[in-house]
Amino acid sequence: MKTVLPFFAVVILVLFPLFGVTVAHQTEIFFGVIVPYAAMAIFVVGFLYRVAKWGKSPVPFCIPTTCGQQKSLPWIKQDKLENPSTTMQVVGRMLLEVLVFRSLFRNMKTEMKEGKAVYGSEKLLWLAGLAFHWSFLFIFVRHYRFFVQDLPSVIQMMEGVDSFFQIGAPLFYMTDAVILGAVTFLLIRRVYLPQIRYISLAADFFPLFLILAIAISGILMRYFFKVHIVAVKQLALGLVSLNPIIPEGIGAIFYVHLFLICVLLMYFPFSKLMHMGGVFLSPTRNMANNSRIVRYINPWNYPVHVHTYEEYENDFRDKMKKAGLPVEKE
Amino acid sequence: MAKLPKPEELLQLNYNPPPSEDWMDRPVELKQGNFCWGAKGKNLAVVEFPNARDWTPVEADWKLPKDWEGTVLEAMADRLSKYRSFKVFMDICVRCGACADKCHFFIGGGDPKNMPVLRAELMRSVYRKYFTNSGKYLGRLAGARELNLNVLKEWWYYFYQCTECRRCSVFCPYGIDTAEITMMAREFTNLLGLNTDWISGPVANCYMKGNHLGLEPHAIMNSIEGMIDDIETITGIRINPSFNRKGAEILFVTPSGDLFADPGTFTAMGYMMLFHELGLDYTWSTYASEGGNFGFFTSNEMAKRLNAKIYAEAKRLGVKYIIGGECGHMWRVLNQYMDTWNGPADFMEVPKSPITGTVFDNAASTKMIHVTEFTADLIKNGKLKLDPSRNDDLVITYHDSCNTARGMGLLDEPRYIIHNVCNKFHEMPDNTIRERTFCCGSGTGLNASENMDIRMRGGYPRANAVKHVRDKHGVNMLANICAIDRATLSASMDYWVPGVRVTGVHELVANALLMTGEKERETNLRGEPLPGKGGNE
Repeated sequence: MKTVLPFFAVVILVLFPLFGVTVAHQTEIFFGVIVPYAAMAIFVVGFLYRVAKWGKSPVPFCIPTTCGQQKSLPWIKQDKLENPSTTMQVVGRMLLEVLVFRSLFRNMKTEMKEGKAVYGSEKLLWLAGLAFHWSFLFIFVRHYRFFVQDLPSVIQMMEGVDSFFQIGAPLFYMTDAVILGAVTFLLIRRVYLPQIRYISLAADFFPLFLILAIAISGILMRYFFKVHIVAVKQLALGLVSLNPIIPEGIGAIFYVHLFLICVLLMYFPFSKLMHMGGVFLSPTRNMANNSRIVRYINPWNYPVHVHTYEEYENDFRDKMKKAGLPVEKE
Repeated sequence: MAKLPKPEELLQLNYNPPPSEDWMDRPVELKQGNFCWGAKGKNLAVVEFPNARDWTPVEADWKLPKDWEGTVLEAMADRLSKYRSFKVFMDICVRCGACADKCHFFIGGGDPKNMPVLRAELMRSVYRKYFTNSGKYLGRLAGARELNLNVLKEWWYYFYQCTECRRCSVFCPYGIDTAEITMMAREFTNLLGLNTDWISGPVANCYMKGNHLGLEPHAIMNSIEGMIDDIETITGIRINPSFNRKGAEILFVTPSGDLFADPGTFTAMGYMMLFHELGLDYTWSTYASEGGNFGFFTSNEMAKRLNAKIYAEAKRLGVKYIIGGECGHMWRVLNQYMDTWNGPADFMEVPKSPITGTVFDNAASTKMIHVTEFTADLIKNGKLKLDPSRNDDLVITYHDSCNTARGMGLLDEPRYIIHNVCNKFHEMPDNTIRERTFCCGSGTGLNASENMDIRMRGGYPRANAVKHVRDKHGVNMLANICAIDRATLSASMDYWVPGVRVTGVHELVANALLMTGEKERETNLRGEPLPGKGGNE
C-alpha cells in the first residue's frame, strides 16, 4: 500500500498533462500558466506560513546537543564546531550541517556478529543524500538559463563543469546521472532494508517517485524527445515577466515535466520536505552551549509552588535541633 | 517478577522487523521485566498531581479520568505552542533511519518500537491525526491514527523505555532529539496519573525531605558520620564537615545516592577528603540535599519545583557559589535549565577557586561549577600531592554519562583527573565514548528492580564495550561521574562483564591523595589492601 499507492499517484500525475495537452491544446494555458502560478503561490505562502508557525512557538530552554568538549578551563581545548559557545561558532556548526550533512556523516551500522554488537562504517546514506541534494541544487540553478535573456557567467561555468566530459549532443550533464542514481538508491534502500521499510510511510515514497519522474521527464526532454527549446524559454520568460504566453508546438513532454514540478512545489509545504526550512530551526543544532555563561530566558517561565525552607524546618525542627543543626526559628 | 534470562539468551535478537507487518497493527504488549510498577496515589498527592490513585499497569482498567483523550490533546496543543523543539520535531523527520540502530534499547532488545524514529512516530501519528490536515483527511495513508487506550498504553510502555540519553540526536541530520518527545509524552501521562512508582516516590521524597531517598536531616548527618569514621580508620584523620552553615563560601550539592549505598559512598568520601585537605570553606545542606532531579523525568514544572531548592538554599546561607558533585542528568539540568527556571543567581559571585585563584567564567551566570572542573584546575596548578600508584591494582576505563556528554560536553576534565591519579587507563572504542557514549540503560528513573530485563538489554551496548577492554587490557574498574551509573552499572557489569567494578572519579582522587598528617595507609577507601600492602601480593 505505502509503495504502490504513491507510485500510481505519480503515474496519474504524469498521464494527466500528457493526456490533457495531447487531446486539447486549450489546456496548455492551464498547464503552462495557471498551474505554475498557483504552484508558486502555494509554495511561497505555504513555506512562509509553516516557518512562521514554527517561529511562533518559542524556544524555552537552551538545549543544544553537544557533540564535543565544552568551553571550560582555558587549557582544555574546546571543540568549537561540535560544541559551540558563540554565535559565530554556531554558524560554523550549522554550515557543516547544512552543506555537508555533518551529523549524518557520523552514521554507522550496528550488527550482531559472533554474539556481540559491532559498529561498522556506513557512509552510503550520507553519500547518497549529499549526492541527491547537491545535484538537485545544481540542476535547479542550471534552469536559471530559461528565465534570463543573457546567461550570467556563473551559470555558464556551472554548465561547463557539469558537462565536463563533453559527451553527446546536447552535452551530457553529470548531475542528471547523479540524481537518478541517488534517488534510485534512496528508493531501493527504503524497500529493501527491513528496518527502513518498517518505518516508511506513503509520504516517504511519494516524493521519491515524484522527483524521479521529474528527473526522468527532464532527461527524456533534453536527450531524447527534443522539445522546442526557444518556445520553452519564451514561456518561461513570459511567466517571470508576468506576461504569460503560450508559444506553439513545445511538446507534451515539457508539460509533463512542468506539471510534476508544480506538484512538487504545491506538495512541499505540506510535507516532510519542509525539513529544508526546519533544519535551520532545530534548537539542538542552532543554539550555543553557553547557558552557564549567559542566562537563557524562557518567555513563558511562570512561578511554581515549591516546598520552602521554612516549611521544611517546620517539619523537622525538633529533629534538626537534636542533631545539632542550626535552625532559623527556635 | 519475571526471571532474568542468561546473557546469551537475552542476546537472541533479530534487528529486522517482520517484512510484511505494519507497525500500527502490532498491539502493545506489556512484557514483564520491561516496565516499572505504577505510581502510588499518595506520592502523586504529595506534589498535587492529578488523578492520584493506586494503579497497576497490567490490569486492563487504568482508572483514567473522564475525557482523558481531551486532556491529552489539549496538553499537546499547549506544548506545541510552547516548545519549538516539539513542533519542529513533529514535522521534519524524513525517516531516513540513521537513528534506527543507535538506541541502546534497540541494540540490546531488537524491539522495532525502540528505534528512535519509531518511538517518535508513536507520538507523531497522533499529532498528524489531530494537528495536520493531511492526517485529518487521509488518516492512516498519511501515517495518522486516533488516540485510544491502546495508543496510550503503547506511549506509556515505550516512553518509559527511553532514557532521554540523546544519542539518536547526535546522528540525526536535523538534530531531532527523542528526549524532547519523551519529555512531552511524560508530561501527558502525568496529567492522567500514569507515572511509575520508582519515579513518583523519589519525587515526593525530594519535594518534602529534600532528597530522593527521603533521608531526613539527622539521617543525612548519620550517613556522613559513618563515612567520617571510615575515613579516620583509613587515614587517621578526623574530618569535620559542616551542615546548613550560614556564611560558608561554598555550598556543595551532590546526588543523594552518594550518601546512601556503595560505591557512591566512596565517591562522597572522596569529595570530603579532598575538601578537607584543601581547607575549603564549604557546607552541606540537608534542605537542598539532592543534586539529581527525578522531577525532570516527570514534567517541566515538577523539575523546576525540585530544582528551586538549590538557589533558594544558596541565598539563605549566603554562599558565594556552588560546587556540584558527580551526577549525569543533574548536570544537564544545571547546565541547560536551572538558571532559566530559577535564576538569576545574582546574589552570588562568579566562582573563583580559593586555592588556585582560577575564575570559572564558564559558569559566570549560574555560579555553579562541576567538581571535576574544580579538581582538574587544582591538579593542573600543582595544588594536590598525589600518589597514583595507590590505584595500581586498578585497570581503569571511563564511561561518559549521557547527559554530561551530550547535554554539556564535560569530556576532558574527568579524563585529565583520571590520568593524574591512576597509572593504568584504557579508553573504550571510539564509537562508544564521548558524544557517542552509551547509556547505562537505567537513566530517567528506570533504575528499578522490577524492570531488569529492559535494564540489562539497555545496558548491553555499554557492557559490550567494557568487555572489549576487559578482554584486551584487563580492565577491572569502570569509572564514571554519575550517581545513577554507580548504582546501575554495577548490576549491568555483574550480569554482562563479571569482574569489572564501578567507581566515581573522586574515589580514585581520594585514594591517590596524600593528605597532610595522614598515617601510612594500608587500605583504599573500600577497605581493601593497597597494592603492595598486606594480603597476597
